[in-house]
Amino acid sequence: MSDTLLEVRTLRCERDFRVLFKDLSFTVNAGDVVQVEGPNGSGKTTLLRMLAGLLPVHEGEVFWRGEPMQRVRPMFYEELLYLGHKTGVKDSLTAFENLRSWAALRAPVSDDRLLEALERVGLKGFEHSLAHNLSAGQQRRIALARLFVSDAPFWILDEPFTAIDKKGVAELENLMIQRGREGMAVLMTTHHAPRIEGELKKVTLGRVAA
Amino acid sequence: MNATVSAAFTAQLRRDLLLSFRRRQDLANPLIFFVIVVSLFPLGVTPDKEFLSQAAAGVIWVAALLATLLSLDGLFRADYEDGALEQMVIAPQPLFMVVLAKTLAHWLVTGLPLLLLSPVLGVMMFLPADATGVLMLSLLIGTPVLSLIGAIGAALTVGLRVGGVLVSLLVLPLYIPVLIFGTGTVQMAINGQPWTGHVALMLAFLALAIGLAPIAASAALRISVSN
Repeated sequence: MSDTLLEVRTLRCERDFRVLFKDLSFTVNAGDVVQVEGPNGSGKTTLLRMLAGLLPVHEGEVFWRGEPMQRVRPMFYEELLYLGHKTGVKDSLTAFENLRSWAALRAPVSDDRLLEALERVGLKGFEHSLAHNLSAGQQRRIALARLFVSDAPFWILDEPFTAIDKKGVAELENLMIQRGREGMAVLMTTHHAPRIEGELKKVTLGRVAA
Repeated sequence: MNATVSAAFTAQLRRDLLLSFRRRQDLANPLIFFVIVVSLFPLGVTPDKEFLSQAAAGVIWVAALLATLLSLDGLFRADYEDGALEQMVIAPQPLFMVVLAKTLAHWLVTGLPLLLLSPVLGVMMFLPADATGVLMLSLLIGTPVLSLIGAIGAALTVGLRVGGVLVSLLVLPLYIPVLIFGTGTVQMAINGQPWTGHVALMLAFLALAIGLAPIAASAALRISVSN
């Protein structure tokens, strides 16, 4: 269980001349479910976007499986699933088409598995409805169906539970715990008080004096 | 690996075409613009046959260029706004290939219809009948170059709120050689001169654009996404 996937060393981030975080160091090992916590505006999303490679890292270092991130980024992307605030679910595609076009840029997945994933997130019967005609929560679930398709060992999830009902949240939490036991890692932010408190590692932001 | 790259290419192409056909009203815009611009010429300048047949190639080419320019903003905008672009940037499949597929889809729904409509406008502009084929050939080679170069401009400006004007400024200088050789080809055919040399040069533009534009556009997209 000591297999280190991601290591962050003395990471620092400034936005608009304000220091969001500095000297941030932590590791994510295989099997960890890590929650990034902190008040609004403390840089949680920024941190996740930096780690996903969507924002440049100016100060500090990030290592993936012991190698500097900038050198192994293509390998990292093969093992990453990132779900941000903006999910990339297209209004004018059906739930199934959305999931299929997302999966097509990753590992090949059979249609049956895509349909099964949609069923797991409670979209059975809505597979072929346009996302446009679904509720906000259901649209969010289209994006979350990716979790059931993905074999990626490292997930970065930014507020995955937004607009999801209690039962859905419980199912996702169970999925994360199960993934952790299988030796995969999850890094996420959430404002829900997770039931799985005991199993979480935490990274706390927002302790920097302005 | 190669099989998955080409599978991803077709899947991306299919997705973009599907998205375009789900929003059919947008498809007609560049086409209507193209027809309007060309048909205003005889009305605004002169319906004289001599003049029009001389101006035909240039007018049709300029109109096709502007119609393409107008449609560029939509190339990455929607995907940028709903986060789909982020997912493409961090996908293991090369972004180069995604951009190429998106640009091909863009050409299929804008450039190709313009090309197919051009003979009709050629008739309206008194373009000599034997030059119609050459006009279509020049557009067939030229409009994909316009889409590819345009993709660079669209990728650079997708993160900005006022992208529209800037795209024109960035992209127009690069469009000019294509325009010169495009109209040149047709003009030479009208004058009965050999035009294959011009076509060869345009094919060289196309080869260059296919090879380089997606690389530049992917780099630009990475920058745009990281704002």
